[in-house]
Amino acid sequence: MRRRVLPGFGLSLGFAVAYLGLIVLLPLSALAWKASDIGASGILRLFSSPRTWAALKLSFGGAFLAACINVVIGLMVTWALVRYRFPGRRILDALIDLPFALPTAVAGIALTAIYAPNGWLGHWLVPLGIKVAYTPLGVLLAMVFVSFPFVVRTLQPVLQSLERDVEDAAESLGATGTQTFLRVVLPTLVPTLLTGFALALARAAGEYGSVIFIAGNIPLRSEIAPLLIVQRLEEFDYATAAALGVVMLAFSLTLLILISAVQRWTQRWAEQPA
Amino acid sequence: MTARRHERRAGILRRLGRVAIVVLSVLFLCLFLVVPLASVFAEAFRLGAHAFVESLDQPEAMAAIRLTLWVAAITVPLNVVFGVAAAWAMTRFEFRGKALLGALIDLPLSVSPVVSGLLYVLMFGAQGWFGPWLSAHGIKIIFAVPGLVLATIFITLPFVARELIPLMQAQGSEEEEVARSLGASGLQTFFRVTLPNIRWALLYGVLLCNARAMGEFGAVSVVSGHIRGLTTTMPLEVEMRYNEYNYVGAFAIASLLALLALLTLAVKSLLEWRYHNDLDVTAARRR
Repeated sequence: MRRRVLPGFGLSLGFAVAYLGLIVLLPLSALAWKASDIGASGILRLFSSPRTWAALKLSFGGAFLAACINVVIGLMVTWALVRYRFPGRRILDALIDLPFALPTAVAGIALTAIYAPNGWLGHWLVPLGIKVAYTPLGVLLAMVFVSFPFVVRTLQPVLQSLERDVEDAAESLGATGTQTFLRVVLPTLVPTLLTGFALALARAAGEYGSVIFIAGNIPLRSEIAPLLIVQRLEEFDYATAAALGVVMLAFSLTLLILISAVQRWTQRWAEQPA
Repeated sequence: MTARRHERRAGILRRLGRVAIVVLSVLFLCLFLVVPLASVFAEAFRLGAHAFVESLDQPEAMAAIRLTLWVAAITVPLNVVFGVAAAWAMTRFEFRGKALLGALIDLPLSVSPVVSGLLYVLMFGAQGWFGPWLSAHGIKIIFAVPGLVLATIFITLPFVARELIPLMQAQGSEEEEVARSLGASGLQTFFRVTLPNIRWALLYGVLLCNARAMGEFGAVSVVSGHIRGLTTTMPLEVEMRYNEYNYVGAFAIASLLALLALLTLAVKSLLEWRYHNDLDVTAARRR
């Protein structure tokens, strides 16, 4: 074995592992321990409640829809930012990260103020029969907002480094712009779009701060799963809260594993000789 | 002839498509990002500048601002030390379980903020793991400042490490090895060689870590207990005022947080434009 030239291996690794153990691993084991307290009857009560199912459906279903919307709009916006030059492009590019930088509570009350019946957009939309604030549509809107940067930011570097000569070749062979995009460009972007989709999905499913203000939190209709956890905690029902936490955590871990699988698959695919 | 006309029509169509994509994107971004941002300031000043100042010049607002600064002042340095240590270990040495360590560092990013807060309640809450012991010794963590700090550390743990690891990996350890062989001590090597190479990426990580630490809502809301003047950070004070129908007061504090977000974005963009080569992994590899 090669002698280590650089010092500090034991110190840096020891500190990092101890820190992670205290901050991440120990609390995670507390979750597993408390969740196992719930017992069979508790699990039955939790999952036979229509309120639980409605909240899980809204959080995961809404996040799925929000991620789909973000893939479509994110692709369009990234395309405009990378391929075209127009005034204000740099400022808009910097603003993409606003949903990450803006505290979620601020985003929540701002969106509610805009879409409330007397708000800037609400007083146009409500007479048309489109109610956003205090409905599931508002939940979806807040989810799209907070997870918006993921697709753009994962797609941007890939689109920037995409070789243009393949597109030129397709067009010189007589393909229209639409054909080139659908058959040449889009297939190479699919893995990246999938990664962005999964990141957006994970973020939106667990989102709390921006959603609770605009949701109105009506049971069975616009109540999200993280809010159920908060309610159980307020009743000091730790075991049920922990069980719901395990469900949410299992969902995000599954997504993490899927993302890394997609990335490994893309890498292998990219390294294959053409 | 027809071929040329066909070509011209295709060119016009393409230009139209380009204009449509740009116009739609700009419209969407304005409606979706700029309008909410503008509304924060408009709502804060709805009753005039006087009402705005008055709603900030109150003891509980000042206490919330102070607490937020304190939490960030404790959290950010700890996560900087962790980030540098983790990046050093992961990019300068080979060891088993490295991938697992990396996955653990990323974990807080994909956990729901509410679940993050929940973890600490289950550890230190009244009926939590250490709850009985803590209450017997008169130590309060949940519904007190230590809980806020712990939840914020968890949420912001990945930010510095994630900026440093890919960059230090790409830069490699040659320069440091040379410094060592020329007789520099370990600390000299770190402060004179490593730190100058990673300073902009480190600043970038600190910026993101700080913005999130000051703005975090879900996780701290679970552990805070909302005791006014004692355990309410700025985002929590926004929520409490909003729920009391004190809209101008809520948006006044929200506007301070929005300013922080704008400042963060501005410095971040500046770093990306000016020090692109010191932040970008592919550029570092080329150097």
